Amino acid sequence: MKNKKPENKQESVQKPEKSVRNREFAVITYCFIGLFLCLMGYFVYFQIEKSEEFINNSYNSRQETFAEQIIRGEIHSADGEILAKTETDSEGNETRVYPYGNMFSHIVGYSTKQYGQSGVESWANFNLLRSNAFFLEKTVDDLTNQKSIGDNVITTLNYDLQSIAYQSLGEYDGAVIVMEPATGKILASVSKPDFNPNTVEANWEAIVADKEGESALLNRATQGLYPPGSTFKIITALAYIQQNPTDYTAYTYSCTGSIQKNESKLNCFSGEVHGNVNLETSFSESCNTSFANIGLNMNLKDFTQTGEALLFNQPLPVSKLEVSKSRFSLDKNASISEIMETSIGQGKTLVTPLHMLMITSAIANDGLLMEPYVIDHTENYEGAAVKTYEPVSYGELMTIEEAQVLQSYMQKVVEEGTGSKLKGMSYQAAGKTGSAEYGTNKGDSHAWFVGYAHRDDKEDIAIAVIVEGAGIGSAHAVPIAKSIFDMYYRY
Amino acid sequence: MSNIFCEVSKYVMIVLFALYTYECFAVFRRKHTKEQQNIIFYRQNVWMFALHLDAYLVLLDQTKNWGIILFYGIQVIFFISVIVNYKVLYKNASKLLVNNMCMLLAIGFIILTRLSVERAFKQFGIAVAAMFLALVVPFMIKKIRFIRKMTWFYAVIGLVALGVVAIAGAVSYGAKLSFTIGGITLQPSEFVKIIFVFFVAGMLHKSTEFKQVVITTIIAAAHVIILVLSKDLGGALIFFIVYLVMLYVATAKPLYFLGGLASGSVAAVIAYAFFSHVQVRVMAWQDPLSVIDNEGYQICQSLFAIGTGGWFGVGLNQGMPNKIPVVEQDFVFSAISEELGGIFALCLIMVCMSCFLMFINIAMQLKDGFYKLVALGLGTTYGFQVFLTIGGVIKFIPSTGVTLPLVSYGGSSLLSTIIIFAIIQGFYILKESEGKRNEKQKTGKQTGISTKTGKIR
Repeated sequence: MKNKKPENKQESVQKPEKSVRNREFAVITYCFIGLFLCLMGYFVYFQIEKSEEFINNSYNSRQETFAEQIIRGEIHSADGEILAKTETDSEGNETRVYPYGNMFSHIVGYSTKQYGQSGVESWANFNLLRSNAFFLEKTVDDLTNQKSIGDNVITTLNYDLQSIAYQSLGEYDGAVIVMEPATGKILASVSKPDFNPNTVEANWEAIVADKEGESALLNRATQGLYPPGSTFKIITALAYIQQNPTDYTAYTYSCTGSIQKNESKLNCFSGEVHGNVNLETSFSESCNTSFANIGLNMNLKDFTQTGEALLFNQPLPVSKLEVSKSRFSLDKNASISEIMETSIGQGKTLVTPLHMLMITSAIANDGLLMEPYVIDHTENYEGAAVKTYEPVSYGELMTIEEAQVLQSYMQKVVEEGTGSKLKGMSYQAAGKTGSAEYGTNKGDSHAWFVGYAHRDDKEDIAIAVIVEGAGIGSAHAVPIAKSIFDMYYRY
Repeated sequence: MSNIFCEVSKYVMIVLFALYTYECFAVFRRKHTKEQQNIIFYRQNVWMFALHLDAYLVLLDQTKNWGIILFYGIQVIFFISVIVNYKVLYKNASKLLVNNMCMLLAIGFIILTRLSVERAFKQFGIAVAAMFLALVVPFMIKKIRFIRKMTWFYAVIGLVALGVVAIAGAVSYGAKLSFTIGGITLQPSEFVKIIFVFFVAGMLHKSTEFKQVVITTIIAAAHVIILVLSKDLGGALIFFIVYLVMLYVATAKPLYFLGGLASGSVAAVIAYAFFSHVQVRVMAWQDPLSVIDNEGYQICQSLFAIGTGGWFGVGLNQGMPNKIPVVEQDFVFSAISEELGGIFALCLIMVCMSCFLMFINIAMQLKDGFYKLVALGLGTTYGFQVFLTIGGVIKFIPSTGVTLPLVSYGGSSLLSTIIIFAIIQGFYILKESEGKRNEKQKTGKQTGISTKTGKIR
């Protein structure tokens, strides 16, 4: 080795000047090869990862031309019910038919010539208008000048759960949304008031005019912004645990039914007196004064950070579904009453049912959030899979320890607290109730329940229920959740 | 029936182009003898003509416009005569460059015929004229040796031409960079690119002392500033990068290159702060969907096209590329990707890369320092322009509004690119004939470089 080195040196000295100068040429060449490879790499990345977002965009007018060659595919529930199909009469006129009418109106949506699409009809528009039928068959269609049959979209929705959720909500306005915490699959999503997708095109003017101010087209489950009420105590409790990781169990407070600080006063629900409570019993009894006290003793910046780690004030990580951004903030200028109100889920905080469901699911799933999705796979009309959507993990919203503490608190709500209607079933339920006051009339409130249930032989499910103007959560939202759990665990 | 033909042709064209592209690189293998290389080049011609025929059959079938067949026939004659002429007139020409030039032109003609037959005719006419011009260029390079002496003449002509456009062009065209004389619209920056390279090469070949570098930099900066003022961001960027590359190679000082890049970045940040049209482009790049109604419209349409086309394309005449504003010029790549497919588009990038590599390869083999620098400068101009245009339309970088050389519609761009190819051919022919002379002298000494880098024709 040592002998060779000087030889090399001599060689390089003897070489003509040009070979030295060609080194720069090589550097430039490699730089440009790098640029070109990045270019191709990005192109591949775009085609694989990003293109769908663009293809499915409603501005992409290319979708319309497909409809001339393809009969729009069907939309199915995960358990095989047909939720949307296209019927062609003898003259070749196509009608989009929704066998279950209003039941799936928001989540499956509508597809119209004039007013475009919504829901799954919109998110999967491109898939429904592509045909992956057998090659020869498409050839025959082509030769005989017939339309090919488009691919079917299989959703994650469960007909039985959607049906019971729809019935249980009854005449009330509001939303019920159910998902599988371990995968993010949306099993049911109901929003009321609703509309009939079969006649939406004919009744469009009336629905849009919205004389009764009910915004029937709005999907309240994913876009409705509500005050969270006591369900927000999940977030307040988590913030307190994070700020006092070693001694949060030592927290005590003596509830006298009301709390006063300076000019501001806040009461427990219907003036109840909870006596001596710790963090766990404050949660299970839903003691307002104790949580107001917790809020007053917290670092507000960290409190806000806990909220943001739980995806407040930012777009939710869901593909397809149209969602609203939830709002929560407390800064150092916040007044005493604002801090107290916010800590118990009143104040300026607003949240979507889907968002509360995602937080609940993360707790049930030991802190890990799976991104909610509603399209399971697409297949050609004969049932051969075309594209399958796998569950996507968003990441941890909280540590496993924190999640387990909240799990035990939420179980306690069912065992001893406001959710006791769910006690003693074949499944182990957990959750948090809420009665979110709104408007100016004291006592007008939305009934909330968020929670999940576990039984060893089935996947867990999580649920969020909001019943507009119904009153207290334990009386009006919990029974709806119970009917869905009962249905899910019926065998 | 026609649908099947279109469908099958889609795949046939992808396969043909993939074969062509593969051989662009396979030919560089060292073990190939000259005869084997010639066979490969011949095969490339076969792939090209087959692809060209298939594409025009599809277009005929789709449009039922029989005039297209006539147009096709003339094109075939044109390509054959280009290939044969180079073979006869310049025995030593790089066949890979001739093939790539014809292939890119053919793709351009195909997609333009699909987008606008009228424009395809125009483009073809310019290509024919340009090719006549180009045939003379290698001859001129061999005979006229004083081109290296006119350094300052280049600077003056370049600056004046750009200045005129900045003033006169700005009134009538806003950010457009052309003016019209007697019905012919010219885009001078396309030609100034070439003489700018000659200017820089002349200056830096003479001396790379600090003073000379400073003077050259000032003149180069003047070019760039005029372009920025006339809002030709893409053009300004090309001049800037070309200058840095040439400066770095001529002086062998990486510091110049890095320093230049750093100051360029500072200038870019300042430009972003002061010019709203820069902000608009960056905004449309960051999240085009959120500004789809205005700033992001064009790039979104481009991405719709590329995305909907997928890997295999929707087939010629089956897509909606005309939804993209100025699709024939800056966004021609999106139209190709939509209808001919993503795989085809990737191959296109690789063919462009093969051209660039060939340019630099030739630059490395040349012995004359001035020619070396010119070849490098022109190669960089070509390579960077390809990067800017494709990067812009696929949203890899903000769009800067430059054309895809030889493929995009546009007379000035086509003519200047064909001239660039011809100049490089001229250098290559010169080098090859010099090499032959040396071999004949048989001094026993090795010629060193040519064996090291491997000769490729």
